[in-house]
Amino acid sequence: MGFLEIRNTTKSYGPVEILHDIDISVEEGEFLVLVGPSGCGKSTLLNMIAGLEDITSGEISIKGRVMNGVHPSKRNIAMVFQSYALYPNMTVGQNITFGLEMHGTPRAEREKALAEVARLLQIDHLLDRKPGQLSGGQRQRVAMGRALVRDPDVFLFDEPLSNLDAKLRVDMRTEIKKLHQKLKTTIVYVTHDQIEAMTLSTRIAVMYQGYVQQLGTPKEIYDTPANVFVATFMGSPAMNIIPAHVVMREGVPHAKITDADGNEVLLRFSQPNLAEWDGREILLGIRPEAMTDPEGADRQSANIQTLTNRVSVTEPAGSDTFVTMVLGGKEVVARMRADALVRPGQRFDFAANMEKAIAFDPKTEKRIAP
Amino acid sequence: MSAIRHETAVSTGRTARVFLYLVLVLFALFYLLPLYVMGVNSVKPLPEITGGNMMALPRAWTLEPWRAAWSSAQIGVQPTGLKPYFLNSILMVVPAVAISTIVGALNGYILTKWRFRGADWVFGLMLFSCFIPFQIVLIPMALILGKLGLAGSIPGLVLVHVVYGIGFTTLYFRNYYAAFPTELVRAAMIDGAGFFRIFWRILLPVSGPIAVVSVIWQFTNIWNDFLFGASFGGTSQPMTVALNNLVQSSTGVKEYNVHFAAAILAALPTLAVYVVAGRYFVRGLMAGSVKG
Repeated sequence: MGFLEIRNTTKSYGPVEILHDIDISVEEGEFLVLVGPSGCGKSTLLNMIAGLEDITSGEISIKGRVMNGVHPSKRNIAMVFQSYALYPNMTVGQNITFGLEMHGTPRAEREKALAEVARLLQIDHLLDRKPGQLSGGQRQRVAMGRALVRDPDVFLFDEPLSNLDAKLRVDMRTEIKKLHQKLKTTIVYVTHDQIEAMTLSTRIAVMYQGYVQQLGTPKEIYDTPANVFVATFMGSPAMNIIPAHVVMREGVPHAKITDADGNEVLLRFSQPNLAEWDGREILLGIRPEAMTDPEGADRQSANIQTLTNRVSVTEPAGSDTFVTMVLGGKEVVARMRADALVRPGQRFDFAANMEKAIAFDPKTEKRIAP
Repeated sequence: MSAIRHETAVSTGRTARVFLYLVLVLFALFYLLPLYVMGVNSVKPLPEITGGNMMALPRAWTLEPWRAAWSSAQIGVQPTGLKPYFLNSILMVVPAVAISTIVGALNGYILTKWRFRGADWVFGLMLFSCFIPFQIVLIPMALILGKLGLAGSIPGLVLVHVVYGIGFTTLYFRNYYAAFPTELVRAAMIDGAGFFRIFWRILLPVSGPIAVVSVIWQFTNIWNDFLFGASFGGTSQPMTVALNNLVQSSTGVKEYNVHFAAAILAALPTLAVYVVAGRYFVRGLMAGSVKG
């Protein structure tokens, strides 16, 4: 049994069910990220763990203790809010120790805990300031300090980085990761940013429309997405989804696609189980980085297929050049080395790493291979 | 001055500006004229007023009318001056303002941060109470005060004013707290603070501006109220009623200088409240109006 256990949990507002049968088990010390587009129910689920929203049916337990109906302050959790929710009338020090004060911790102990946390987060010099006098990054630290000082069983983060500017966000992301590695605490973290999810988590739950679409390690989610939604939501630029037909050549399944000029292209699959799909339509998923110029192709791959296609747009991004083309009637993005010589309108040789290709059922949009 | 000019939306020429200030000064003078008349005549001996010129400065300055208005003028049948009635007003206003403001703050807190089914309805009904004219409730109110045994007493007046004030104070605090981030309340809940502690430690410390609005509004209205005072005051009538009795008395010489002094005395506390807290008034009104 997990440290934090969410069992068959649903949430309804009146007749509308917005979370359906959520089942997640989190081990002690895990960093679980709930990720999904806005309105997918991830924040609601977090609030249910916190006790700020009640559970319509099912059960949430922490350390084996069922939390349904338990007041937030009695769950031994701490939460970092998107707006940081620092008390504007209190100093940083008072903000951090407010929770301890409410729980009746003696002053001497509070001071000691405060000093420890302040040192850990390097905010010693800010303790006498009011939140209004702090920068965004400093507020973020104070909010984390307030969570840390309680030494809770579970930390809950509700989009803690989304109010920061891009550079600071990356820095704080690293800080949070460092902190987790150092303290080995159990964290549930909500974000809509798939890069945050990938970089921070030990496991990710991708949510959409009130369902957990997939629960797995970042690598599992990235390499073997359960369905088209997960495939396109995780990764930037998004995975290319190309309509294709499965045809057998010499007993091996191939994807048959039309290129920008209407020619047929055949790409050999590495997944033998696609033989059952012979003659049927599938959706071929291939990530931009698996579609490169031949020099940039992955040398470890046992199945690089080349295809020639007309380039529609090139977007140099400094480190890479993104090349857009039309395949199977869809726009497809390929990720080239920065100095690949490619011009719009030109026919160019692309190398597709078919070991990384994924096939989806076009009706259910579920992954069928690998 | 130039900094202000840059910020104004419409730039005006020098002549237009002079004209503008001229008009404003004229309006201000016109507006201050009654105060001038009251002030000047309250420090004149009576013959100077009855002798003709109301606008002239006094030839012989005297504070006798003020002393008379305060402690010896004939109010009704007793020559008490306004002093005991002033005390009545203070005894009525202070608790009434305090209670209605506190109840309004609690209502606003509950209606925004502890919402329940039908909260908007409750708020709508409370808002509706702001629009009920005083005259309509006179008789039912008299009945209730009689049943409660509070008729003709200061606690009775306090009750009436609290009941009438809650609609307004709730409106102020509700709108103010609606703009207050709910995440702060949630954070405090997780930190282990309960209903009253969240109110006391988190919301109240930042409620200064709206509390000032509520206090000024309530103080002015309750202090200036005449109808409830006259109807339910009984033996403990407030200042406004006494002033009326003084000015309207139909026997003896009309001591205009005493009347002027008494009128200023009656207006002084509200004036003081504005002078002390007035600049927070607009600030608080604006803060409340941002969201809600």
